[in-house]
Amino acid sequence: MKEKNKFSPYLYILPAAIIILVFRLVPIILSFIISFFKWTIRGPEKFLGLENYIQLLHDVEFWQSLANTFYLVIFVVPITLVLSLLFASLLNRSIKFTGIFRTTYFIPTVTSLVAISIVWKLIFSPQNGLMNHILGFFGIHGLGWLSESRGIFTLFFDSIGIAIPEFLGGPSLALVAIIIVCIWRSLGYNTIIYLAGLQNIPNVYYEAAEIDGASKIKQFFKITVPLISPTTFYVLIMTTIVTFQVFSQVYLMTGPPVGGPLGTTKVIVYYIFDKGFGETQNLSYASAVALILFIIILCATMIQKQLEKKVQY
Amino acid sequence: MFKRLIGKAVIYFLLVFCGLVMVVPFLWMVTTSLKSQTEINRGSVGFAPIENSIYCEYNGEKVKAEIVTQNEQTSIINIYDESGKSFKQSYVEVPNSSLTKEKKIKFHFNNFIEAFRKVPFGRYFLNTIFVSFCVLFGVLVTSSLAAYAFARMRFKGRDFIFYLFISMMMVPQPIYLIPSYFLLTKIGWINTYQALIIPWIANIFSIFLLRQQFKTIPQELFDAAVIDGCSRFGILWRIVLPISKPILATTAIFSIIGSWNSFMWPLVMTSSEHLRVLQVGLSYFAQESSSQTALLMSASTFSIAPLLILFLFAQKQIISSFITSGLKG
Repeated sequence: MKEKNKFSPYLYILPAAIIILVFRLVPIILSFIISFFKWTIRGPEKFLGLENYIQLLHDVEFWQSLANTFYLVIFVVPITLVLSLLFASLLNRSIKFTGIFRTTYFIPTVTSLVAISIVWKLIFSPQNGLMNHILGFFGIHGLGWLSESRGIFTLFFDSIGIAIPEFLGGPSLALVAIIIVCIWRSLGYNTIIYLAGLQNIPNVYYEAAEIDGASKIKQFFKITVPLISPTTFYVLIMTTIVTFQVFSQVYLMTGPPVGGPLGTTKVIVYYIFDKGFGETQNLSYASAVALILFIIILCATMIQKQLEKKVQY
Repeated sequence: MFKRLIGKAVIYFLLVFCGLVMVVPFLWMVTTSLKSQTEINRGSVGFAPIENSIYCEYNGEKVKAEIVTQNEQTSIINIYDESGKSFKQSYVEVPNSSLTKEKKIKFHFNNFIEAFRKVPFGRYFLNTIFVSFCVLFGVLVTSSLAAYAFARMRFKGRDFIFYLFISMMMVPQPIYLIPSYFLLTKIGWINTYQALIIPWIANIFSIFLLRQQFKTIPQELFDAAVIDGCSRFGILWRIVLPISKPILATTAIFSIIGSWNSFMWPLVMTSSEHLRVLQVGLSYFAQESSSQTALLMSASTFSIAPLLILFLFAQKQIISSFITSGLKG
């Protein structure tokens, strides 16, 4: 192609570049700067240095929301990973109606989080919710779900008469309800991604294993799991990033006040939202929290990438 | 053979069970949206919108009633008037033998009308549709242009700019939400449509997807077009875009789903009621009338419906879009 005009290529990227520059790059840099200042909606007022970050270290609410977020990630990510691989493998076994199953599993992915949070809130309602109604058939009654602040391990050991220390209590039952919704929401998408990955594994491996007399279960662990590992890492990284940012479910399902009972469902993104746009409107403090979240997500992604390099087959 | 059959049965059972778990919340949402609020408050949890009514033989007439208290022989009842909503007579003592129970299935489609009457959901719908289409149009234009340059032109700083874009794609929204709010306040865009549209008309991921596609187009096609005297923009418009329709459709699908479901951004950037998009309107409705569960379920149903219908019609295309983007991303 002849270069008629030296500036022409830049003209093509200009519209996108302006928007990305003004509404992405500038805010990202600004978020860093704001966190070191006393910054109101009118602009910077005073340089604070690391003061916001030092304050964070002593902020009980911050640590609690961080802990809740980690609970969420620790429970949601592995369970989603295992379940979606399981269902993808089942779907991959020359089953009839694969299309229907695929469509059904995918529905939660395209529906709005706001609406499904509202529906799940009612499902978890202790009195007229579907969850307790169904559990009733199995002899489980009276779970408080979103209004239960005690940890699930505490509840479990209480029911068999053992008292355990509070720090071993685990996520509150309310947070477990959020965890269930997060898994439910991400399961379909990840199953479909896994299914696509499984269909790329050549059949010859399985045929060879069949001749060697390897059982289906052995085939799964010796062929499927290693060969699917690139997909696993994709699913792992994406689910982790998304789960660190859970907001709508907590905002719509819990409370009032949001994040209740006793702050056991407060997650980090809600904490940012609350600090920045709630009563205090403390933009700089909220920015500091946001930056911490960014660093955590970045670290988690990098650790997983490193792991991926090590496990490559 | 027998063992195999059991294996198949177990697989189908698991798959169907999981499928049920996926759709039951939606089914329940729809059936609950068709119940009357009094039934829900009375503890009706099941799927069928069954209405339990109590009738009473009173002065030789059969009238609809509600039991206040009941003992062995008599009951204290309230008697409904013709409309069935308010009472004609309260605290009447009648013998139990005059009471009859009736169960019938009744769908309260009225809930949908009432939800629309209570809150201007029509307005919210229009806002969402307007914003979604403006964003869609913008994304298609800016991404095609930029992706074309990145894929097919040589210029200084091309790779640097491209990787700078890509690295920003990784930054989650909560990180830049606060500075964006500050910026939009400064330029006076808070509570405007611009705030909902302009920051979203460039999409890094779309640029990435389109660039991957444009790179696969054979060079001969471009050479032939140049010989025929086609301009650079003409090549994009007449050759590149027409043969990239599937990936443009993918981009469009992501854009629409993204705009339709976006929540946190419009929640923060708008506060006036006439700018509320569907998701924000729905969330306010959920907080203000949390006890009106039947209406809430109707509102949830019709806010999900458009995308769900779109999905069911184009599910092959949509699912494969998610897969290609997942594998490339």
